[in-house]
Amino acid sequence: MTAPPAPATEPARPAGATAALKVEDLALAYVVRGVRRPVLRGVSFEVRPGESYGLVGESGCGKSTTAYAAVRYVPRNGVITGGRILVDGDDITKMTDEQVRRFRMHHASMVYQDPGAALNPSTRIGPQVIEAFTVLGQGQEEARANALKALERVQIADPVRVFQRYPHQLSGGMQQRVVIAMALASNPKLLVLDEPTTGLDATVEASVLDLVRSLQAETNAAVLLIAHNLGVIRTICDRVGVMYAGKIVEEGDAASVFENPQHPYTLGLLRSLPRHGVRKSERPLATIPGSLPQLGATLPACVFVDRCPLATEICRTVDPPPVDLGGGRTSRCHHIDRLGELKEPPATVGQDNTQGEVTLTLSNVSKTFYQSGHSVPALVKIDLTMRDGETLGLVGESGSGKSTLARTILGIESPDVGGEMSLDERRLQGRSTDRPTEHKRSIQMVFQNPESALNRGWTARRILSRSVSKLTGLRGKAVSDRVDKLAANLRLSQQHLDLKPRQLSGGLKQRLAIARAFAGDPRIVVADEPTSALDVSVQAAILNVLSDLQAESRTSYLLISHDLGVVRYLADRIAVMYLGRIMEVGESENVFRGPNHPYTEALLSAIPNVDGEAEARIRLEGEIPSPANPPSGCVFHTRCHRFMKGLCDEVEPPLIEVEPGHLMKCHIPIEELRVLQAKARQEDVVLTTPPEALEAAAQVAADDPV
Amino acid sequence: MTAGASPLPLPEAAPIGRSARNTARRERALLLLRRPAFLIGNAVILVWVVCAILGERITPYDPFNAFFPPGHQPPSAEHLFGTDRIGRDVLSRVMVGARDVLIVAPLAAILGVVAGTLLGLIMGYYRGIVDDILSRIVEAFLALPVILVALLTLVVLGSSSIVVVFVVGVLFAPIVARTVRSAVLAERQLDYVTAAKLRGESGLFILSREIFPNVLAPTVVELTVRFGYAIFTVATLSFLGVGLQPPSPDWGLSVSQEYSNMIAGVWWPTLFPALAIATTVIAINLIADSLQSVMNE
Repeated sequence: MTAPPAPATEPARPAGATAALKVEDLALAYVVRGVRRPVLRGVSFEVRPGESYGLVGESGCGKSTTAYAAVRYVPRNGVITGGRILVDGDDITKMTDEQVRRFRMHHASMVYQDPGAALNPSTRIGPQVIEAFTVLGQGQEEARANALKALERVQIADPVRVFQRYPHQLSGGMQQRVVIAMALASNPKLLVLDEPTTGLDATVEASVLDLVRSLQAETNAAVLLIAHNLGVIRTICDRVGVMYAGKIVEEGDAASVFENPQHPYTLGLLRSLPRHGVRKSERPLATIPGSLPQLGATLPACVFVDRCPLATEICRTVDPPPVDLGGGRTSRCHHIDRLGELKEPPATVGQDNTQGEVTLTLSNVSKTFYQSGHSVPALVKIDLTMRDGETLGLVGESGSGKSTLARTILGIESPDVGGEMSLDERRLQGRSTDRPTEHKRSIQMVFQNPESALNRGWTARRILSRSVSKLTGLRGKAVSDRVDKLAANLRLSQQHLDLKPRQLSGGLKQRLAIARAFAGDPRIVVADEPTSALDVSVQAAILNVLSDLQAESRTSYLLISHDLGVVRYLADRIAVMYLGRIMEVGESENVFRGPNHPYTEALLSAIPNVDGEAEARIRLEGEIPSPANPPSGCVFHTRCHRFMKGLCDEVEPPLIEVEPGHLMKCHIPIEELRVLQAKARQEDVVLTTPPEALEAAAQVAADDPV
Repeated sequence: MTAGASPLPLPEAAPIGRSARNTARRERALLLLRRPAFLIGNAVILVWVVCAILGERITPYDPFNAFFPPGHQPPSAEHLFGTDRIGRDVLSRVMVGARDVLIVAPLAAILGVVAGTLLGLIMGYYRGIVDDILSRIVEAFLALPVILVALLTLVVLGSSSIVVVFVVGVLFAPIVARTVRSAVLAERQLDYVTAAKLRGESGLFILSREIFPNVLAPTVVELTVRFGYAIFTVATLSFLGVGLQPPSPDWGLSVSQEYSNMIAGVWWPTLFPALAIATTVIAINLIADSLQSVMNE
């Protein structure tokens, strides 16, 4: 964008470009029991044809409401209380219902978060896609031809066969492609994507995002994208608007907003992310004090004032106008010049956590499930150790066996005969119920969703006391002393302890769940996606707490997360799993920096990067195969971009130490991987699964007994 | 907190402190009180409860003895609901007739819900073979027509209020068990149950202290619904002659004794007890519906 700076209220625009979507000062309220609660408080932005605009912000900031309002999809209790929404010059807030219907039919489309729910489960894909065309007035024959073309357009290889399938027979990525194909049927001027890749695996997400990008260039549609994952926004969007409490507080082109934020909220949000490969040993993450205002709360002039470290009296009395920063960037803040006062948390002196005593040893641990007469191996001969005070990160796509491994260590699942687990050189029983209290208290868990993990009928105090007395055997006063100490460590107040979970915010709930896990001074805490249900500013606080607790108590963590930024921040060592096997284990930095296993390489390249750093681009075809019928040789050979026919599909590589403390399960020697991966990073080509590997994959899929 | 205009705080906005603990409960109570259906239902039930308790003390005439010329007399200013075949005042009998059914039906409903809840908790939590066996038994029970089985049992055991309570309660238990079972199944999927197992809690503790309080809401709704059905069932059994016995002024019994006279144009001794049954059942359903929708909100 090279246009000269324009007057303060109007961001710079190339002359003559009309917006495909223009939202002007939109105000919207939800009526809750007769009272209007404002949700949007004057939102203005525009999206031009061929441009993609991302709305970011934490949950409850109004980004989804804005996106839905853009196609006038307002919930029954929602009222537009002011402003205009212009699509191609027509104000859709003034349209009759019939006009809105026609508008949605021809000019706008939406793609929702859950493609499984967007497709009709009882109808085959063919008729559903054809319907998207017959609705436009096309005849059956024409519609069918167009529907096939539409599926080809979204890179579905065999549309005729997909036509015959029911939605549940397709993978999540395929379902989302079908939904996108249907959304594009009318050649819409406006395409609204609401969390289109949330819930998909990173490898699948990457290919869906690639698709969205190429389709956008092709159709010249205006795209409005909602995503809580800032990496997704950075990857797809030209421009972004940062929302807070129903207002856009900062706006501009994606790269410059992410690299050089000009609003205290944006700055706080970005600093609370573990970025640029920062680790817990380097510095704590920045957090935003306070919490999001309630829906419809009465707010002072500047909506962010209660959480802003720079706030002064003027922020409470005068609504900050959008300040034009040039280059199409605006920020609604009185104190942009003082942003420099906001410092990142100081660096801390790191400690080496990988040299502690071995606490947990798994040798030859397998877990097989039985399903309608077939054995389904979920874990295959796992050898693993965990050391005192270290964090072991466990990564892999869904279905790779991460959770089964965690549940086996916890004793929720018992391993197959022949495997051995020991804790501090004492044999660990397979089932939690057979373990002595000493072992139960030593291995505890932090769950993904604190909502579900805390009994909603109990107060926080009861939840903690019960765990303390059950796990430590303490009684009476000693219990309440310990509860107070736990609460203090997690910064929960005495008042919080008297509340029930639903009265606590998401972050407080997760702290309570962590406090419970620490009730009996555990040796090992299994954390399964501990922050994925939380907003980023809350996530930062939880990660800091976990890291502080570990430094103090020397507890080891087994951390499962799909967010590699989180894993990189917290983990000292990483284990990469695929189809129930460990493909690679090593110190975090070695695994991330490489040379690494081709699967790890592909996983890392699939993560949408919020830093915009150049990386090798590898797109894996297909999805993780069925564990009931694993591929021969190396189990990864059916998707591997470095597949070698005759070797990988026949001989299973052993898990061997390729450099000190770094184990890998690959036929390619590490030195060769180093050369290949350096080359891939330099050349800007997309590496994909070669055709021979795909043939092997088709063969394996055809043999699947389940 | 005043009930009317002030907007209720959202759950998270609740002020931190001791008072906040009961906010949820109070909010629900307020929501209930704002529902006309709930108020009307309670008013109707209240009228019948007053009639049942005060009985003869407020009836215009003696409900049991005829002081009037035998034979039906149509409703008049003297006898608002007319008189029955032996000259007893129908209004007085309808008022006192609330008494038996309002004792027998709730007892039967409570018995059914208590037994059903226990069964449902066990089926939902232990699943596996326990659930399989109990579920088949429950399904077998559900396949039997309630009235037919009750009729046969009462004929065999002889009719008395206690037997009616017992039979209706036992027949309701499987229906309640199914509702509670599905609530427990949903509950045991939640991670707090896993957390309890990981710290070594017994199945009994998890079931009674962790899960049961959380399935109480559907259980209470079920109790109200069953109460309505119990009234209906008890009235039906009386109508069939195996429930409450004469000279009880029970509604179902009165209908049964007088309905043959309808053909001769004598509608009042049948219509008024029948209306009494209908109003009670509808009132209870209104309450149950309101409870259900408030609990689901």
